Amino acid sequence: MKVVVLVKQTPDTAELPKVSAEDVRSGKIKATMVINPWDEFAVEEAILLGDRYDVESVAISMGSPDAVDALKHALAMGVGGAALIDSSALSGGDLWTTAAALAAAVKAQGADLVLTGKQSVDDNSGAVYAGVAAQLGWPMVSAVTKIVDISNGQITVERMVEGAQETISVPLPAVISVGKEINEPRYPSFMGIRKASKAVIPSTPAAELGIASGSGKTQWTNIRKPEERKTKCVIIEGATVEEKAAKLVDALLAEKVI
Amino acid sequence: MSVLVWIEQNQNGVVPNSFEVLGKAREIAAALGTQTVAAVLGDNASAAESVRPYGPDVVLAITGPVLANYRLSAYTAALRKAVEAVGATVVLTAATVRGREVAAMLASQLDAGYAPDAIDLRVENGRLVAVRSVYSNNILADVTFNSPVQVVSVRPRSFPMPEPGAPGGEVRTLDPGLSENDVKEKVLEVKSTDTGEISLTDASIIVSGGRGVAQDPAKGFALVAELASVLGAAVGASRAAVDAGYIPYKHQVGQTGKTVKPDLYIAAGISGAIQHLAGMGGSKVIVAINKDPEAPIFEKANYGIVGDLFQVLPALTAEFKKRLGK
Repeated sequence: MKVVVLVKQTPDTAELPKVSAEDVRSGKIKATMVINPWDEFAVEEAILLGDRYDVESVAISMGSPDAVDALKHALAMGVGGAALIDSSALSGGDLWTTAAALAAAVKAQGADLVLTGKQSVDDNSGAVYAGVAAQLGWPMVSAVTKIVDISNGQITVERMVEGAQETISVPLPAVISVGKEINEPRYPSFMGIRKASKAVIPSTPAAELGIASGSGKTQWTNIRKPEERKTKCVIIEGATVEEKAAKLVDALLAEKVI
Repeated sequence: MSVLVWIEQNQNGVVPNSFEVLGKAREIAAALGTQTVAAVLGDNASAAESVRPYGPDVVLAITGPVLANYRLSAYTAALRKAVEAVGATVVLTAATVRGREVAAMLASQLDAGYAPDAIDLRVENGRLVAVRSVYSNNILADVTFNSPVQVVSVRPRSFPMPEPGAPGGEVRTLDPGLSENDVKEKVLEVKSTDTGEISLTDASIIVSGGRGVAQDPAKGFALVAELASVLGAAVGASRAAVDAGYIPYKHQVGQTGKTVKPDLYIAAGISGAIQHLAGMGGSKVIVAINKDPEAPIFEKANYGIVGDLFQVLPALTAEFKKRLGK
């Protein structure tokens, strides 16, 4: 069974507040870049599936040539191979542009199963993998918390929605996005890091997959930082904790938030 | 032309966030000079009556045995039928797990522009503009569309819950034209995880606990839950508390947890790491309770008590009980 893991390179979550509007406009993000934390769960799951089934795993990313670092992290964790779709010559795309490129790459890999994180910490869309499934005509299950079984060409999973846990079975090939509950991603081993650092990762320009610039159906405009929360904290003083509690309750009742 | 809203249902009936979206949809439809259509999907049309008081021009009941349980491919196909039937140019869903995946799948299949998890909507020069909060709430962007159909999922609590009025709008029915063979997914089980507690994304008040409970985590979160119960609030937690195993992940607020926007957020024993602040910075009023007067949470808070949550929380609970007559 061939498992493709879709990963994205994103800013480190601790550095997201540093990202400026100009960074986003230009696409040149001045922050430490890492593998999207949600995608680490997908990488880990692909490796764990290898313990249960006969699995060949490949991580694929679309991005600038720098995104090979995210792929090397996946390799260091233990996926079997990696491939980059180089989007540096591409402009004016959107979610579906990325999805079209990834779908073409997934097809070329002959994948039976696509795993990915449920969203990225930068675009926060959780939509590109739906586009991959739609373009390939494959079934999709999002927010999966457990892969129960893969047999007879069917995959059975559990997933969480608000207020309920669903157990769903779909035929392969399929696209699955995973949530944080599914596993605990491993730290790459020293040997893994050494192996990954030596790996030569093949890179394909998006144009070679038939992806054209300017095909986006949406544009981002008026990119800006949200207004800073300007509050002056009123520290509630009092001789006893009871007095402090009473004063705080007074203040909150006056705010009309209770 | 029309603005189509998917009215999501679960085991408890209509998901209230759908009504928030419907309320805004009426405004958008008025600005576009068109009508609002609320799509209700299921094996029967019984939910249609509960939608009429929220004022759509049309309630479109799409019914059939294949739609008995929510399944992504079946619901996407039925909504595509609805888009065609009512000539929808704008399609809106609540950005719940199901609302997000069905909106993404529908938009991709229609090759339509999609704005996920939008926090605001407006019409400018006769065109829809959606506002997105990206980079984990550190950047805002206006999303404009150049496709004939525009699809948006809307973050819960972005718009006020509309007041129900006299039932209006006509109920129309539509056959989805789907048979069981058209649907790839089988739902083997739906287990309710609803324990009667208020969900974080719907809550108008949240009481959260963090690493400050460490000396006795079980007691600490019991105190958090007691205050939450008196206030009718949801229980939240920092990532540190979740990672330490004090409380399940579904309570986590922040960058890799939930983004919340309550009227009141009480953070007990939470230092205020930027990943946490990104998830709750939109709260109207923030209260911080922390032993450390230098904790970053105080910089974002409106009110603070410097003290031990093990003493402050019971005092607050007692005081609220007294004032609220509970």
